[in-house]
Amino acid sequence: MTHVSVTVNGEPREADVEARTLLVYFVRETLGLTGTNVGCDTSTCGTCTILVDGESVKSCTMLAAQADGREITTIEGLADGDELHPLQDAFHRNHGLQCGYCTPGMILAAASFLKETPSPTEGEVREALEGNLCRCTGYQNIVKSILDAAGSMSGAKA
Amino acid sequence: MVATEKFIGQPVPRKEDPDLLTGQARYIDNFSVPGMAWMSMVRPPYVHATIDSIDTAAAAAMPGVIGVFTGDDLGIGALPFVWPITEDIKVPVHYPLATDKVRFAGDAVAEALAETREQAEDAAEAVVVRATALPAVTDMREAMKDETIVHDDLGTNVVVHWIHGGGGDQSVFDSAPVIVEETYDQPRLIPNPMETRGCLAYGVPAMDEWTLVSATQIPHIVKVTLCGVVGIAESKFRVIAPDVGGGFGSKLNVYAEEATALALAKRTGRPVKWIETRAENYVATIHGRGVSHDCTLAGTEDGKILGLKFVEIADMGAYYQLLTPGIPELGGWVYMGPYAPDAYWYEFRGIVTNCTPTDAYRGAGRPEATYVLERVVDAFARRIGKDPADVRRMNFHPPFEEAVTSIMGLNVDSGNYEPLLDKALELSGYEQLRKEQQARRDRGDTKQLGIGLSTYIEMCGLAPSNILGALRYAAGGWDGATIECLPSGEVILKTGTSPTGQGHETSWSQIVADGLGVDPGAVEVLHGDTMITPLGMDTYGSRSLSVGGVAIHFAMEKVKEKARAIAAHELEVSEDDLEWADNAYRVKGAPDKARTIPDLAVSAWHAHDLPAGVEPHLNATAVYDPPNFTWPAGAHICVVEVDTETGHTDIVKYVAVDDCGTIINPMIVEGQVHGGVAQGVAEALYEEAIYDDTGNLLTSSMTQYLVPTAVEIPTMITDNSQMTPSTTNPLGVKGIGEAGTIAAPPAVVNAVIDAVSHLGVTGIGKPASPERVWRAIQDAKGGAA
Repeated sequence: MTHVSVTVNGEPREADVEARTLLVYFVRETLGLTGTNVGCDTSTCGTCTILVDGESVKSCTMLAAQADGREITTIEGLADGDELHPLQDAFHRNHGLQCGYCTPGMILAAASFLKETPSPTEGEVREALEGNLCRCTGYQNIVKSILDAAGSMSGAKA
Repeated sequence: MVATEKFIGQPVPRKEDPDLLTGQARYIDNFSVPGMAWMSMVRPPYVHATIDSIDTAAAAAMPGVIGVFTGDDLGIGALPFVWPITEDIKVPVHYPLATDKVRFAGDAVAEALAETREQAEDAAEAVVVRATALPAVTDMREAMKDETIVHDDLGTNVVVHWIHGGGGDQSVFDSAPVIVEETYDQPRLIPNPMETRGCLAYGVPAMDEWTLVSATQIPHIVKVTLCGVVGIAESKFRVIAPDVGGGFGSKLNVYAEEATALALAKRTGRPVKWIETRAENYVATIHGRGVSHDCTLAGTEDGKILGLKFVEIADMGAYYQLLTPGIPELGGWVYMGPYAPDAYWYEFRGIVTNCTPTDAYRGAGRPEATYVLERVVDAFARRIGKDPADVRRMNFHPPFEEAVTSIMGLNVDSGNYEPLLDKALELSGYEQLRKEQQARRDRGDTKQLGIGLSTYIEMCGLAPSNILGALRYAAGGWDGATIECLPSGEVILKTGTSPTGQGHETSWSQIVADGLGVDPGAVEVLHGDTMITPLGMDTYGSRSLSVGGVAIHFAMEKVKEKARAIAAHELEVSEDDLEWADNAYRVKGAPDKARTIPDLAVSAWHAHDLPAGVEPHLNATAVYDPPNFTWPAGAHICVVEVDTETGHTDIVKYVAVDDCGTIINPMIVEGQVHGGVAQGVAEALYEEAIYDDTGNLLTSSMTQYLVPTAVEIPTMITDNSQMTPSTTNPLGVKGIGEAGTIAAPPAVVNAVIDAVSHLGVTGIGKPASPERVWRAIQDAKGGAA
């Protein structure tokens, strides 16, 4: 067994896990944060994207042990109490989700991207989402949501 | 009088979103119950083989393993197949676990039950299956030779022949001035909802009561079909569809894992959970399409379509799943499209192969039909040297507001096709595009412009039960709705539909809000649980609104009839003196004397002073059986740039004009079009399930099977402003769930061909990959040399 100690959504958490445990299963099953979904077994779909030290990571590509000592943000930790994060709010207003299964990964990938590129073009948003698959929306309203959120997030800073 | 606030037609934000956006969704893999054990399936070592032995001893002795079970151990019945479309159809028996022979890559032979997911997977890996490989047949045309027989007891791989036959004078197919004959292949597709399948079975053994929570589109059909397979009384069996992460038809089925998880729960008394891996999903969950058509269009030199004839072969896969041979048959009613040919013929043969069973994939038969029809119409236009828009225009059925019987024999509810094409041409800037195309051709650009059209009709709202009966389908096509007006002011709606992302809670709330004069936020929509909403036929075939939504309308009528009687009694007037206005029953000429539905719900609840003969509680149930299908229509235009040196295609513009009748929530309708078109684009340019000669699926993961990303899918221009009301139902609704997958594939492929047709290319298959396009250009060059 391997001891893993992380900060998740601002709270310290630790557990002993099998060495082979992937970070996504550590988050979902050990920590009980089931907002992070699993969509494939080849690290292709991006459904399991979370933030590790603020950067988006497909959590099926890391072992839990590799996250030891690091800071993790999952979809459960994004809203500020009852107030949705601007990305969550923009996805709601722009119908950026249908079944919702890819949504947590999409939003966290977008959060990481907007930190690096606060005022992206539509083409840049589409390129940035290349690692995240959606089967319901045709991406159009996801892209619209992210551009909308970028506007409101940069507006909030000003 | 202040106008009643109308929610129907407004882009009301979705009720479903908050939980989905904050990680609080209830997908199947988020369910965990005390004492839960994990099931893992043992898939076969070969795709076609006789099983010599299954050694489970080593696996059973591994840590945490509760047991390892074969089909002989479980001894449960065959999986349901409910659509024997002809009297003489050959039906292969399909057990949940194969015992004598395996016939496709997903054909499980055993399953391990263990304390954890990992222990179950480890144990399944350790089961030793000794089998003797047989030659595999994965190509339909090879299978038709019957050299390798998939089911020995059937004696042939050609298991069904369904003939629609035709209407009109069949001699046109020999005698018309222009005869266009084409053959089109449509490869298998893998549906790929982002959530794979999964289920959790548990019960109270002492009571013999059992529950199956499953990522399914069809909890009601699962319930009625699986109780017999597993040996549970229907009255003691509950099926729950929780939040489901997409389905697209792949969860419109009853699968081996659902049956065996239940069987293991019964046998061991333990809750049993199974979650499909993506690798399993590619081989064990149904595929779509997998068909080939010989097409004949009979026409005149000036562009009139005289006759349409289609002879199809359809790959059933190794067994029938729930509906398999019914899928091509469903398409059999739309091969005339929006046109009015004088003669029509359709027939198909179903072929079994050593591939995953096919079944409904978004559109289910209608995309296959529309693709070949729209391809052959374009081929006809090229042959006679006419603009494909002009050819379509001159062949459209004239507008009609009352149902007409089409040449294929069903009543089409209403339609007005030409304005849809006009709108699409206008939004695309068609004339300018043709000029730009000609300029590029004249210059010999390496990036050539192609413009592809697709005009279609759909057959939605499955389905009138009497027609289903005539087509030998085992079930009906009705749906139910129950409304309960609570004394608190809340309204509960129990619907028989079972969404997988379509936003039913929101749209159904809008319907109830307008009908009963309450706020959508006061409406609680309950669905997907056979104990809470027993009357249902679930979600598929663009039926939810046009059947389930219409049931809501009729339930509201009953509620309001009762409410009106109570209101008249309380206001001391006759019912005829009341009118429904501004969200209440009001006395005519004295509108302040009024009772709202929440008022009357209180009256009906305390029941202190009800009129004679009126029962307490303001509630009603309606079960609606549609008298006809609904028939949406539309026109899509795709504009592509094709690189003539590499064969690469970029979509530069996409216009979708769809007439789906009355719209409840335009935001949701637009989202359905976006998603459907994206899947259609995927089908046209990227996706194809490919097998090798030994029957292995080469496109066995998301790294080989090209589900497109945000980079490949274009921004779409959508228009739903034409709303020709359906005459089938009082809401005037038709359906929109499948329009995109029906319309897009031919629009895109026609565009690609159009881009290079001046080089002599007359056809390119699906998907129009860079290699296929490049080869077509090279072949055309070779032909000219």
